[in-house]
Amino acid sequence: MANVTLRSVRKTYPGGFEAIKGVDVDVGDGQFCVLVGPSGCGKSTLLRMVAGLETITGGEIDIGGRVVNQVEPADRDIAMVFQNYALYPHMSVYNNMAYGLRNRGMAEAEIRTRVEEAARVLELSPMLERKPRQLSGGQRQRVAMGRAIVRQPKVFLFDEPLSNLDAKLRIAMRVEIRKLQRRLNTTSIYVTHDQLEAMTLADILVVMNGGQVEQIGNPLDIYQKPATTFVASFIGAPPMNLMPLRSDELTSQIAGADGAGIVGIRPEDFVITGETASGGVALGLTVEAIEHVGAETFVYGSRRREEQGVAANPGELPPGEVIVRVPGTTGPAIGERIRAVAPRDKLHLFTADGRKRVGP
Amino acid sequence: MQKQAIFQSKLLPYALVAPQLAIVLIFFYWPAAQAVIQSFLLQDAFGLSTSFVWFENYLELFKDPAYFAAIVRTFAFSFAIAVSSLSFALLLAVMADKPLRGSTLYRTLLIWPYAVAPPVVGVLWVFMLHPSLGVLSRYLRAMGVDWNPLLDGDQAAALIILAAAWKQISYNFLFFLAGLQSIPKSVIEAAAIDGARPMRRFWTVIFPLLSPTIFFLLVINIVYAFFDTFGIIDTMTRGGPGKATETLVYKVYTDGLLGGNLGSSAAQSVILMVIVVVLTGIQFRFVERKVTY
Repeated sequence: MANVTLRSVRKTYPGGFEAIKGVDVDVGDGQFCVLVGPSGCGKSTLLRMVAGLETITGGEIDIGGRVVNQVEPADRDIAMVFQNYALYPHMSVYNNMAYGLRNRGMAEAEIRTRVEEAARVLELSPMLERKPRQLSGGQRQRVAMGRAIVRQPKVFLFDEPLSNLDAKLRIAMRVEIRKLQRRLNTTSIYVTHDQLEAMTLADILVVMNGGQVEQIGNPLDIYQKPATTFVASFIGAPPMNLMPLRSDELTSQIAGADGAGIVGIRPEDFVITGETASGGVALGLTVEAIEHVGAETFVYGSRRREEQGVAANPGELPPGEVIVRVPGTTGPAIGERIRAVAPRDKLHLFTADGRKRVGP
Repeated sequence: MQKQAIFQSKLLPYALVAPQLAIVLIFFYWPAAQAVIQSFLLQDAFGLSTSFVWFENYLELFKDPAYFAAIVRTFAFSFAIAVSSLSFALLLAVMADKPLRGSTLYRTLLIWPYAVAPPVVGVLWVFMLHPSLGVLSRYLRAMGVDWNPLLDGDQAAALIILAAAWKQISYNFLFFLAGLQSIPKSVIEAAAIDGARPMRRFWTVIFPLLSPTIFFLLVINIVYAFFDTFGIIDTMTRGGPGKATETLVYKVYTDGLLGGNLGSSAAQSVILMVIVVVLTGIQFRFVERKVTY
């Protein structure tokens, strides 16, 4: 049980490339922290720095009240689940799980108890004598989990552990990981590029981009109030519609939007209607494509220049593609012209460079 | 998956393999057959008369304590060469695998000795360890070692093993380095997080994962020590002093070409061929099947 605190952590490679540009994160005891971002944003590097597999070139990493910058991975009391599972191919499932305990000189009887308990929880009991190559992807993943939990470490680190599984298994394992973490109440840091995984797992969500933290917070808060256009477009699927405000008239029409240069509207905040709510935005769209997902339908509409004079009222926005979510299976037909309206309080306003949220 | 090419003419495929077949037939099967035939024949000292003696040459060999001694010696040499060369190459490969500056340079340098021909290796070591001329001999004497491989059989044997093992280190190094680099980094990192110190990590994770490479190289090195050390022995000791460094292959040469006993020499060649077949069989059986761990 431990807090993990990162204080202006930096990583500069010998070539001068700055992979992590000063990150501050505080993960409370027993919390599940998810680092999410596109590939190359430094999230894995940051996790490996917590694990001790990468050196820290600036700042401090604190695990359970102890600065671990100079501590070997073995002595940090952490366990890690790797993307490719990194099982020992020559050892049986049992020995894979027992290895870390044997290295720490634990009595064989105690090891047996712990491994068998973990195997029971992860439904691996019938496979303890098999080698990793005789297991399916999902089973290997569970062995990797088992290897982490038998150690009963202070912190679990997960490096995209589900990305090698198929979609169905991924969702099942995602739930399993969350339940397991709740039950064990072990502080966890989890890296993923999948925003859905991030949203569903996290107590604290850290959105990273280009070696920096874009936003830290509760997943729903981040979803409802993204701090930058990067976060707005990264969190949520399909992504938020982001449209630059073209003219000064528009910024004056959207009240209280001083300094706003970009307006963002989530696909689900649109309503297809003839009426315009006061202070809201209405867009005239020509339906280009329809995606039926079952419970909901996504309408891809384009805003053509010649249509703007007719439909855009009161928000005048430049042409582009807009995604509108409609519940159920009823939606407009392809080629149809519609009016998508979003109320004032559902608008997200950002500065023109997208780096700052200005309202609401 | 079988890859099949379709030829229009029935002759073309045969024509295409003919050169390779011709080379194998002329330079291997024909002399091999000659050796087998020769091994059943006995010639008089002047080569004037030849008689067919069935397995007498073989029986003579197995009754000959000198031949038995050569077998033991060859196996001892092979074992010593393989073990010393493999372990030293592994040590170098493990060190070269570390991410250090200039690693490409010394990896290249470590591979160079493989390009040196065995007789040159022999000459090189002879000069370095020659009792009266050698640089290293001076130091050995200074340390109180009575160094004279020209007279002392054990020292001569050590010299051969040293030179032969040195020559083979590069080859082994190359394979070990490739083997080490094919071990996923994350597995070693997982072991580090699992609390295994570097030495324990090596013996419990890296070494077992290298075992296919080690086994492959062991067979290759034994074959090398059996057959390819001829040049080294010939330039360094010529099998001497006495018979202290006469291996099976060198004995084929001395008995046949120097001693003129072609029948016995041929019989010895046939026995060596059988050994090669067995070693190759072992290698195919275990290495080609990709037995890993």
